[in-house]
Amino acid sequence: MTTETDPVLAEEPITGEEIELPADVEVGEIIDSPVTGTELEVISLDPVVLEEAPELEEDWGE
Amino acid sequence: MYIGVLYSRIRRDEKLLLAELRERGHEIEKIDVRRERFSLDSTTANVGDLDLVVDRCLSTSRSLYATRFLASYGVTVVNAPETAEVCADKAKNSLALAEAGVPTPATEVAFTKEAAMEAIESFGYPCVLKPVVGSWGRLMAKIDSRNAAEAILEHKETLGHYEHKVFYVQEFVDKPGRDVRVVAVDGEPVAAMTRSSDHWLTNAAKGGETESFAVDDRARDLVERASEAVGGGLLGVDLMEVGGADSGEYTVHEVNHTVEFKALNEATDVDVPARVADWLERRAAAAASDDSAADDVDEVTI
Repeated sequence: MTTETDPVLAEEPITGEEIELPADVEVGEIIDSPVTGTELEVISLDPVVLEEAPELEEDWGE
Repeated sequence: MYIGVLYSRIRRDEKLLLAELRERGHEIEKIDVRRERFSLDSTTANVGDLDLVVDRCLSTSRSLYATRFLASYGVTVVNAPETAEVCADKAKNSLALAEAGVPTPATEVAFTKEAAMEAIESFGYPCVLKPVVGSWGRLMAKIDSRNAAEAILEHKETLGHYEHKVFYVQEFVDKPGRDVRVVAVDGEPVAAMTRSSDHWLTNAAKGGETESFAVDDRARDLVERASEAVGGGLLGVDLMEVGGADSGEYTVHEVNHTVEFKALNEATDVDVPARVADWLERRAAAAASDDSAADDVDEVTI
């Protein structure tokens, strides 16, 4: 059984290695891959799916 | 409350806000605008029962259209699309500030590189060339010479998107190595910080060092007026001190409509997400009250 404080495990999409995500990870959040340093987007949590995050676009900002 | 959050990327700012809202027991509908469609009278996004939608789109273009569509369905959106439209474009932003009598850097817009060159020469060197749409200090140019101006203008005209052919030229303000960011809700400051750097760009996104800033009466007045000038809401108002750090005089160079606040939250003692959540609760309650009043009118009419 998992709890809200348990780390979330996921497959690194580039290398296939298992990586650990923060327990409070959100869909849509961007994670720096601890393996490759690539920005990864959390696509879903059940199951946990990561993809390479979109490249920075010109109209991004605040 | 049942609150929708428009997003395309969950930054630290959104995580802080989501955590605060959930802690207060509010139900959250995360709306990833990349996955939704918006027709003229409805959307695939689940917005029907929401009390309020808060726009946290990272992409300005998505923010502009998504808020406009949702507002057209009668959904209460903060910030309003009218505010987004003014804040998303530096030229409109400058005009709104000037029309409201808020001190703002002298600015000219030109549509050809020849006319832009004339504007640059009239300002003298250094002056500043900015894209009308953009953030985080990207593609900003401090122009120190005619040679540099010619090169930058040619590059922009040749390589740029059509928006880069709207040449936004501004006086260079000799700020004291820092600028001031005030996050405000409907003109009321929540917290403020300075952003300091040896570089002429002091944005936190560019690595500027942040430090808490006490908003004085003059800055408070300008923040209130700048907020009103762009239609109010949750805003990041950027000011530069003119005449030195202790002069008490400012110029407002920009108002941001999807303001980031993680740096401010770390730089100050203020719980910024909590203050933002307080404001969202007030706005949702006001919207519900308006709806209720409208229903009463409908009943009387029937």
